[in-house]
Amino acid sequence: MYYLYIIAGLAIVVSFIVNRKKTLQAITIAAKRFLNILPAFLTMILLVSVILFLIPDEVISNYLGGSNKFTGVMLASFFGSVTLIPGFIAFPLCGILLKKGVAYMVIAAFTTTLMMVGVLTSPVEKEYLGIKVTIIRNVISFFIALVVAVMIGIFFGELF
Amino acid sequence: MTRNRIIYTAVILVYLVFLIVSFLLNFNPGKEIGYNSASFSMDMLKILPGAFILIGLFEVWVKRETVERHLGEESGIRGYIWAILLAGTTVGGIYIAFPIAYSLFNKGARLSVIFTYLGAAAICRVPMSIFEASFLGIKFTAIRLLVSLPLIIVTSMLLGKYLTRRNYRMTEGK
Repeated sequence: MYYLYIIAGLAIVVSFIVNRKKTLQAITIAAKRFLNILPAFLTMILLVSVILFLIPDEVISNYLGGSNKFTGVMLASFFGSVTLIPGFIAFPLCGILLKKGVAYMVIAAFTTTLMMVGVLTSPVEKEYLGIKVTIIRNVISFFIALVVAVMIGIFFGELF
Repeated sequence: MTRNRIIYTAVILVYLVFLIVSFLLNFNPGKEIGYNSASFSMDMLKILPGAFILIGLFEVWVKRETVERHLGEESGIRGYIWAILLAGTTVGGIYIAFPIAYSLFNKGARLSVIFTYLGAAAICRVPMSIFEASFLGIKFTAIRLLVSLPLIIVTSMLLGKYLTRRNYRMTEGK
C-alpha cells in the first residue's frame, strides 16, 4: 500500500514541476470522480458491515470444515460470492481450513469467488458498468471459479 | 431530488442513527456493525485518495492515441498483456479497478481489454498472489492463475464483442 503513495506522491510532484495548470486540473478531476462515486461506496460500506456481522469468519469456517467436498464447493462459492474479506484475513483463514482437512478444491472455490464475484461491490460496479453487465460479469466469474475449483480438484488428486 | 435519492438518503440516515443509538445504549450487534464499518472505511480511505489522484493525472497526461494504440482496437494480443500487467500492479480490492477501467474506456481502450483488466485485477494482483502462495502453496496459486487467466481473456473477448455490437458504453453514476 505504501508504494501507491510513493508513486502517487512522486507523480504529483513531477507533474506540478512540469505543468502547474495541468496538475491542478488533474486534482480537480480526481476530486470530482471521487465525489461522484462516493454514494455508491457508502452503500457498499453499509452492506459489508452488515454482512460481515451476519456471516462472520467463524461461521464460514464451521460450514466449510464440516461438509463433504461437493457441498463444500457449493457452500464455499456461495460464501465467497456474498462476502468481502480482505486477503490478509482470507488466506490465513484458508491456511487454517487446509490444516483442518478441508479439500483444496473447496478452498479454491472460496478464494476465487471471493476475489472475482462481488455481490457486495455491485453497488459500485453497477455505477460504471450498468446493472445488466454487472450481472453478466459476475455470473461469468462465478462459473470461472467453479472451473478453477474442479481443475484444482483434479491436480490435487481430490476428484479422481 | 429523485425518488431513489430520497430512499438512498433515508437508508444511510437510518443506518447512521442505528449505529449511534447502538453505541449509546451499548447494543452489541449494532456496535459490531459499527466497528466493521469503521475498519472497512479505513481500508478504503487508505487507498482511494491515492488511486483517484493517479486517475486524475492519467486523465490529463496520457494521450488518447497512446491508450488507443496499446489497448484499443488495433492493439491485438498486446492489449491483453498490458491489461494483465496493469492489473497485477493494481492495489486494493476490485472496487478500485472500476474507476480505472472507466478512465481506460474514456481514453479509447477496447471493451475486451477492459473486461480482461477487471478480471485480472480481481485474481492476479501481485502482492495478493504472493501472500496467497505463502499460505496455500505455489502449486495452488499457479494452477489457479493458469486456469482462470485464459478463461478471463476468452470470456472478455466474447463479452466485448457482444457489447461492442450493441454500442455499449460505460458510465459514471447517473
